[in-house]
Amino acid sequence: MSARITASVYTSHVPAIGAAIDLGKTAEAYWAPLFKGYEPAKAWMKAHQPDVIFLVYNDHATAFSLDMIPTFAIGCAAEFKPADEGWGPRPVPVVKGHPELASHIAHSVIQDDFDLTIVNRMDVDHGLTVPLNLMCGSPDAWPCPVIPFAVNVVQYPVPSGRRCYQLGKAIRKAVESYDEPLNVHIWGTGGMSHQLQGPRAGLINKEFDNAFLDQLIADPEALSRKPHIDYVREAGSEGIELVMWLIARGAMADTPPRVVHRFYHVPASNTAVGNLILENTQ
Amino acid sequence: MALEKPYLDIPGTTIFDAEQSRKGYHLNQFCMSLMKAENRARFKADERAYLDEWPMTEDQKLAVLSRDLNRCIELGGNIYFLAKIGATDGKSFQQMAGSMTGMSEAAYRDMMIGGGRSIEGNRYIGEKKK
Repeated sequence: MSARITASVYTSHVPAIGAAIDLGKTAEAYWAPLFKGYEPAKAWMKAHQPDVIFLVYNDHATAFSLDMIPTFAIGCAAEFKPADEGWGPRPVPVVKGHPELASHIAHSVIQDDFDLTIVNRMDVDHGLTVPLNLMCGSPDAWPCPVIPFAVNVVQYPVPSGRRCYQLGKAIRKAVESYDEPLNVHIWGTGGMSHQLQGPRAGLINKEFDNAFLDQLIADPEALSRKPHIDYVREAGSEGIELVMWLIARGAMADTPPRVVHRFYHVPASNTAVGNLILENTQ
Repeated sequence: MALEKPYLDIPGTTIFDAEQSRKGYHLNQFCMSLMKAENRARFKADERAYLDEWPMTEDQKLAVLSRDLNRCIELGGNIYFLAKIGATDGKSFQQMAGSMTGMSEAAYRDMMIGGGRSIEGNRYIGEKKK
């Protein structure tokens, strides 16, 4: 029996959501509808605990300064500490890694022509910890090991949707060649529409976001051909984070997935929030 | 041959590409240094002296001192790096983003609660509002 990917989760990773959790504001009128919208996702997560989460996210000038920014970086360490992003480290558990599976995936995916950077020491920021909170609540320890997979979407040019989608397929192949019957979830995080800079800050495009969700479910192959400029123009300069969702989608089986949960909410601070859970049906 | 930069015609938007990154290296690395509590304290104690430790341009230093984030971005700053200044000042990301729009903090917050800035009229520079 080998490892397999059984489901994928897609969620925004807005830092203000982490702050709302850390400051005990989740019941406030501003935040309550958002956290209520994640309740079905949390219940599903409890009932479908994986052995490992492969978590695709981006670093926000935390672990990677302008000294160097890898395009694709895979965390192979035994653990990853929550970073001090300037407000002090978030009071969340240390993230335990899965070095054996991570290094196996690195080896396989690099041989498949994707030039990953192997990282053995890295603090993780809200991009990784906020999705864990949204899906798992605030436990004393995260429910399973997590493999952080950081994608550069900060310094352009960033990888294309097409490349992300194909990378997902290579990750699927890598997981399926691991000789241990692990149940793996792959998460794609970031987005949805938002722009944090310049006079156009605050941009939200509900039509774009919902069309993206529709196409991600039904026709990811066509969605993967959407050029960068469409994301930037239509979903904002930071909306480009959505290409990371295509990595998770590419790692799913070729047969149509089952839609477990879909949720969309505006706003969380400057951002449109989306959450989607897809299960493989075979 | 010229590089392809199809994003130059988007209004109110500066894409942090390799060229901007080159211009903003020291500015962004200064911001990065504010992730350490002791550096935040030293910066707050004497901002100008702290900035003078960095090989930034005078324009970049003045933009930081005046917290003009649009100018910082024009000079090569990236918002995720600049956010460290906001964190040092105790500002939220929403306060920082709003400060770049010319709107008051309350008006920006209300716009977001109302569904955010519309894409209509905001796709291309010079586009006529419908």
